[in-house]
Amino acid sequence: MTGTASPNQAVPAPKRRVDVASVLLEGRAFIALIVLIIIFSLLSDSFLTLNNVITMTKHVAMNAILALGMLFVILKGGIDLSVGSIVGLSGVVAGVLLQGLRLDAFDVVLYPAVWVVVLCSLLVGTLVGFLNGVLVTRFNVAPFIATLGTLYVARGAALLISNGSTYPRLGGNPEYGNTGFGLIGGGRLLGIPMAIWIMLVFALIALFVLRKTPFGRWVYATGGNERAAELAGVPVRRVKLCVYMISGFCAAVAGLIISSELTAAAPQTGESFELNAIAAVVIGGAALTGGRGNVRGVLLGAFVIGFLSDGLVIVGVSTFWQITIKGAVIVLAVVLDQAQQRITGSKNAALAAASKTQGPTTPGGDAAAPTSGREPARTP
Amino acid sequence: MTGEVVMRAVGITKTYGATRALKGVDFEVRRGAVTVLFGENGAGKSTLMKILSGVERPTAGVLELDGEPVVLRNSVDAAARGIAIIHQELSLCPNLSVRDNIFMGRELARGGLVVDDREQNAQTARLLERLEEAIDPRTLVSALRLGQQQVVEIARALAGEARVLIMDEPTSALSGSEVEVLFGVIRELTAEGVAIVYISHHLEEALEIADHAVVFRDGELVARGDAGDIDINWVIANMVGRSAGDLNPDLREEFGEPVLTLEGVSVADPTNSSRLSVDRLSLQVRAGEVVCLYGLMGAGRTELLEALAGRLPLLTGDVTVKGTRVHRQTIAERIRLGLALVPEDRQRDGLVQTMSVGQNMSLASLLAFVRGLIVSRPRERSAVERGVSDVRVKTAGPSAAITSLSGGNQQKVVIAKVLMTEPDVLLLDEPTRGIDVGAKAEIFALMAREARRGLGVLFATSEIGEALGASNRILVLSKGRIVREFDTRTALREDVMVASGENVEQETGAAQ
Repeated sequence: MTGTASPNQAVPAPKRRVDVASVLLEGRAFIALIVLIIIFSLLSDSFLTLNNVITMTKHVAMNAILALGMLFVILKGGIDLSVGSIVGLSGVVAGVLLQGLRLDAFDVVLYPAVWVVVLCSLLVGTLVGFLNGVLVTRFNVAPFIATLGTLYVARGAALLISNGSTYPRLGGNPEYGNTGFGLIGGGRLLGIPMAIWIMLVFALIALFVLRKTPFGRWVYATGGNERAAELAGVPVRRVKLCVYMISGFCAAVAGLIISSELTAAAPQTGESFELNAIAAVVIGGAALTGGRGNVRGVLLGAFVIGFLSDGLVIVGVSTFWQITIKGAVIVLAVVLDQAQQRITGSKNAALAAASKTQGPTTPGGDAAAPTSGREPARTP
Repeated sequence: MTGEVVMRAVGITKTYGATRALKGVDFEVRRGAVTVLFGENGAGKSTLMKILSGVERPTAGVLELDGEPVVLRNSVDAAARGIAIIHQELSLCPNLSVRDNIFMGRELARGGLVVDDREQNAQTARLLERLEEAIDPRTLVSALRLGQQQVVEIARALAGEARVLIMDEPTSALSGSEVEVLFGVIRELTAEGVAIVYISHHLEEALEIADHAVVFRDGELVARGDAGDIDINWVIANMVGRSAGDLNPDLREEFGEPVLTLEGVSVADPTNSSRLSVDRLSLQVRAGEVVCLYGLMGAGRTELLEALAGRLPLLTGDVTVKGTRVHRQTIAERIRLGLALVPEDRQRDGLVQTMSVGQNMSLASLLAFVRGLIVSRPRERSAVERGVSDVRVKTAGPSAAITSLSGGNQQKVVIAKVLMTEPDVLLLDEPTRGIDVGAKAEIFALMAREARRGLGVLFATSEIGEALGASNRILVLSKGRIVREFDTRTALREDVMVASGENVEQETGAAQ
C-alpha cells in the first residue's frame, strides 16, 4: 500500500527515506485531534473559547483517569469492564459516609472526616479491582467474564447500599467537621479545575511507572508474551493482580470526582463508562492483545473522544448521529492501527531476512553491533 | 518393486527469507510403493512434504502429477487431486468428536444442508476397524490418548481415498502393536496402488516398511537406494555427512565440583497427570562440563528441563544447585540461585515479540539495574550492549524490534538474556531448533565457552550430530529414564542412536 519493503525483498540500503504515509499513520491520533479542533472551531465560534476548552477538558479528565487505569489492564492483555460500576459504587460509599453512618447498636451516627471518606471510597474501588485480579489469577476466569461479573456485582452493591436512591447534598456540615468534599470535583487551582490536575498527575505517575520502573516493564512483558515473561522470572501473577487494582483505584478516583462535582452520589453513575475508557485506550494505539500502548496515546484518545462528543453537541448534531459517529471513529482507529502493524511487521520481516543473508558466522569484525544507525547491507 | 512414477518434483528450491531449506531437489513417488525419507531435523524433509501436499509453494522448480506439470494452490487443492498428508504435529480439533474430525471440511450432507451423522458414524467406524482401534466415533478427541489421536489422524487421511499419502512421523506416539497395525494398513494400501511417502526418526522401523529410500542433508537429496541394497549403516552414513564435524567446540576435559545434582526426580506428564514424563531420574553436572540429554520426541527432555527451571512441579526427588536444595522456589528465585533455562520454543517461551532487543535481553535480570524505584537506563544499556557483543547478535541496536532479527540472532538474544542472570547452571532445550548451520556452530561455541568459564551446561537435543559434537557426556533418555550414558570421546554414533531407538520400542510396548 505504500513504498515499504515486502518480506522477500532485500532491505533497501538507504533507510533514511522519510515515509510520509508511515509518519501520518503513527501520528494519526494527534492528527485526528487537530482536525477535530479545526473543524469544530470553524463550525462554532464558542468551541475554541477558554471556558469551553476547560469545560471539555474536565469531561476528558474523567474518562482519561479511567482510561489510564484501563491502559495497565489492556497492556497486560486483559480487559476491565467493571470500572463504570466502580465509579458508581465509590460515589455511593462516599455518599453514605458523608450523610452519616448510623450504628444502631450503639445508637450513634458517625460523621467521618472527608479524608477518611475519600480513603474508604478508594479502598472499596481498589478492593473490587483486587477481586477481579484474584478471579483472573487464582481461579483462571477469563478477564472479560470476571470483570463482567464484578460489573454487575459492584452495581448491585451500589444499589443495595443506597437502596436505589441518590445521596444529595454531600457538602458536609461544619458542625460535624466533614466539609470540603466538594473541592475534589468543584475546586480550582490556578483557574484550572481539580479534575484536570488529577488527570495530569495521574498521567505523569502512569508515565513514570510504565517507563521507569521494573513493574512497568513487567506489565509490557506479561502482555507481550506471558509464558516468556514467566520463564524470565517475572512475577506474572502479582503483575496481573496489581493492574486490576490500579484500574479499580483509578475508577474510584473518577467516581469521587463526579460525586464531588455534583455534590450528590447516584448509584447509577458511570454506566457504560468502561466502554469510553476502552475506546480511548484503543484509539491511542494500544493492542487489546496486550504489550503495546502508551500514556500519550491514551490521553490523545481521551481527548479525541471527549472533544468529538462535546463538539458534536455544540454544533448541534443530533444525539443519534453523535453515537453513530463515535462508533465509526473507534472502528476507523483500529483499522488504521492494523494497517500500521502490517507495515511494521513486513519491515521487520525484511530486516530479519537481511540479517540472515549477511551470515552469522562472519569473522570478528562485526562482533560488536553498532549502537546507532542501521547496519549497512553487505553485498553478497 | 518399481511402479510407475505418480508424482515427481523437479529442481525444487525453497527459501525462507535468506535460508535455503531445499536446494534443487529432484524427487519421485512411485505407485504402489513406500518411499522413505531419511534425514536429521532441518534437513528439508518436512519442507518438501509441505510442498508436495500444497501447504507451501516452491520458490523454484516444478511438480508433476502423472507426468503433467501441476501447481498446487493450497492443501485443499492437493487433496482434491488425491494427495493427503498426515502431519507431524497433530492437527485435530480436540473439542470435536472423532467423527467430526475425520469429516472436517468434507461433511456428508443430505440435500447439501443437513449433516448425515449416521452415515459419517458408519464410515468412521469402518475406518477405525481397519486400523484395529476400538474407538466410538462420537468420542471427543480430547478424551483420547496421544497414540489414539494419531490413529484418528491416520484415519482422516485414509478417508480421503488418496493416491499419494504422505506420512510425516506417523508413529511418534504409537505403541509397538499400533505400529504393526499401521504397517499392515500401509501394505494393503500399496497393494491397492497407493503411493506412500514416509518419514520417521525410527530408522529401523522405517527401513522395515521401505521400498525405496532417499536421504536428505542440508536441504539436498544426497542419496537414494532400493530396499534390497541398503541398511542402517548406509542411512546413517549418508544422513551425517560432514555437518557434524563443523561443530567441534573447544571443550574442557577436567571438571570441577558438581553444580547440579538430581536424585530420583519424577515429573508428571503435563498433559496427562496419571503418567510420568520423567521417571525417578538421577544425574549430575559438574562445573565446566557440557552434558547432553539425547532422546527422541516424548522422551521427557523438555519436561525435565522445565521442572528444573520451575515451570513444572517436581513430583519426587531432590535437586541441588551448588549445594542449595531446590524445591518449591519460584522461577525468579531459581534464577537467583543460578539456574536458568533457554526454552525449546523460542517464539512461545523465549521472546516477548512486542519488545525491543534490549528489553528482551534485560528482562530476566532487570532488578539488577534498579536504583531506588527506577530501572537505571545507563546501567541497563551498557549491560545490554555488553550482551550484544558478547554473544555477537547482529542487530541495528538494542532498540531494534526483536522481530527484525533472524532466528539465529533471536536465539542468541535469549541466550544472552539467560547469561545476564549470571547462572551457575545453564539449561538449554533444543538450542538450535530452526536456525541455520552457521548460527548452530556459534551457539555450541558459546556453550563451550561458558563451560570453560566454570558453568555446568545441560542441553537437550534429538540430533545425534549435536549430541556427539558439542558435549562431554551423553545421557540417552527414553520414556523419562536415562537408559545409557556415553563418554563423547569414545561413543560411537550408531551405539547412541540404537540406545535411544531400541528402548523406545521396548518401553512403548510395555507402557501402553
